[in-house]
Amino acid sequence: MTSTITPDMSAPVAISVEEQQFNDLIEADSRIEPRDWMPEGYRKSLVRQISQHAHSEIIGMQPESNWITRAPSLKRKAILMAKVQDEAGHGLYLYSAAQTLGATRDDMTDALIAGKARYSSIFNYPTPSWADMGSIGWLVDGAAICNQVPLCRASYGPYGRAMVRICKEESFHQRQGFEILLELMQGTDEQRQMAQDSVNRWYWPALMMFGPPDDDSPNSAQSMAWKIKRHSNDELRQRFVNMLVPQAAVLGVTLPDPDLHFNEETQQWDLGEIDWTEFHEVLAGRGPNNAQRLQRRRDAHEDGAWVREAAAAYARKQSARTEEMAAS
Amino acid sequence: MTDDTVNIDSAEADADNHGHVAVDVTTLDAELIEGPSVATADIAEYALWLGDDSLILAQQLGAWISRAPELEEDVALGNVGLDLIGHARSLLHYAGTATNRSEDDLAYWRTEPDFRSLHIVEQPNGDFAHTIARQFIVSHYLFELYSRLRASADATLAAIAAKAVKEVDYHRDHSKQWVLRLTQGTDESRRRMVTALSDLWPYVEEIFRDDPLIERLEGIAVRPSSLRPAFDAAIAPVLAEAELEIPRGFVASGGGRTGKHSEHLAFLLAEMQVLTRAHPGASW
Repeated sequence: MTSTITPDMSAPVAISVEEQQFNDLIEADSRIEPRDWMPEGYRKSLVRQISQHAHSEIIGMQPESNWITRAPSLKRKAILMAKVQDEAGHGLYLYSAAQTLGATRDDMTDALIAGKARYSSIFNYPTPSWADMGSIGWLVDGAAICNQVPLCRASYGPYGRAMVRICKEESFHQRQGFEILLELMQGTDEQRQMAQDSVNRWYWPALMMFGPPDDDSPNSAQSMAWKIKRHSNDELRQRFVNMLVPQAAVLGVTLPDPDLHFNEETQQWDLGEIDWTEFHEVLAGRGPNNAQRLQRRRDAHEDGAWVREAAAAYARKQSARTEEMAAS
Repeated sequence: MTDDTVNIDSAEADADNHGHVAVDVTTLDAELIEGPSVATADIAEYALWLGDDSLILAQQLGAWISRAPELEEDVALGNVGLDLIGHARSLLHYAGTATNRSEDDLAYWRTEPDFRSLHIVEQPNGDFAHTIARQFIVSHYLFELYSRLRASADATLAAIAAKAVKEVDYHRDHSKQWVLRLTQGTDESRRRMVTALSDLWPYVEEIFRDDPLIERLEGIAVRPSSLRPAFDAAIAPVLAEAELEIPRGFVASGGGRTGKHSEHLAFLLAEMQVLTRAHPGASW
């Protein structure tokens, strides 16, 4: 049903009652729920963003799960197991949120395994040392939190609510990463070296997690208008660096940016030039571990196919049995 | 949490009510740290038996995370592994009080002959059916063990058992559900489950074998042989529903409690201990 709301000639585009209601909800900072009408573009944009986020959680388990079996103390082993397991849980909430928009888990999984879906490029970097467990928590989860906390207020209800839960856990993840690095920096020369080397490797890729600069970010403007996204990439990146500098001082690590300096005028930390060539290379599939990450996900999926088939067959038999019993 | 400002301090405030990483994952139970109890040599040896079983099994389950057949199982196997590592830490901590060693001294600085684990927990993950068969057997044993150990005359062991029994009850149910799904799912899953049970069954007998140590710990330890009837009675209805027969065939000679281990343990320890041993004296 289409009604012309404003007969004014200066507004030539007729918009439906539903679309007007949608716009009003967005305007009023209310939540859009699964049964509400929404523009196709809004739905698509959300499915893209939520599924990418879910995939990132799932692929993101790999660089850390590398160290579960080699964690250097039982306490660290327990924390790391719990953390990687949380990530599987985040993947599950997010896939569920995407499912409320009509996406299916099978389609999303197939797209990931076929290499057609995106996930955060940061997980295509390797974790050769234990200190990388610290850097991933402090820098990668730290950047993720800056990105994600505003998403708790995302206009789509199921996404916002999933993010509230995820953010609570992520802040613990960041804390444990910081603690790993702190412990290393207070340790032997070799441990300090391990920590600094790891921070050197993860710092720039973590800054790139906020995405390209604002003037080169094709999807940002629409997402911000729809209040899926609340702050620009550059704004969030700046906020992150401002947060990192004093924490790096506490740790005693150097951030590998010779041009980093405090700007008295803006009261912010100005950073040096980011090498976007590397970002685009990794994004284009030419990072250190892209192939390995996908292969491992595919192997787990294919090796587990017989288990999922068995569970599905068992469930069908059980429900047939229940129906039989109800009928007799 | 709707505030956009996030820093380490607010992260700390959230640490108590986050998801799976419960505070008791990071710190040992208060009664175990503050308690004045120091284990005797025999009790320490017994705590080592039980602690090593949990540690080795937790190490194996940890290797599944990010490789499970479905995400729900990454979470579930992770949960079971986390519970077991919690039990291992409490038991090894207590064992260490006898010789002034920490849980990590015991986990990372002992060599193979000093480990006390049963062969069944040393058996490799195999396919998912093998992991489930191993878990099914061990969880049913541990449930009976901890149920009885709650009445131990040793207060620390009793406290550890009281906490562990509730968790192991869940592990028992999880593995039982999978035994049923796999045996009654598809032809392939049934074939794999039957194979797995027959591959693991040779290691069951060792679990229930008594050792001279047990004679010296009357009222404190649980006599392994006394658990066998309850174990058999608990698994019988599941096997019946699954239409599985108890495999008859090999019986492995075992010897884990006296330091004679399967060929698998050395590889597992090499991986588990590699980083720690490269940095003697370091703290993590």
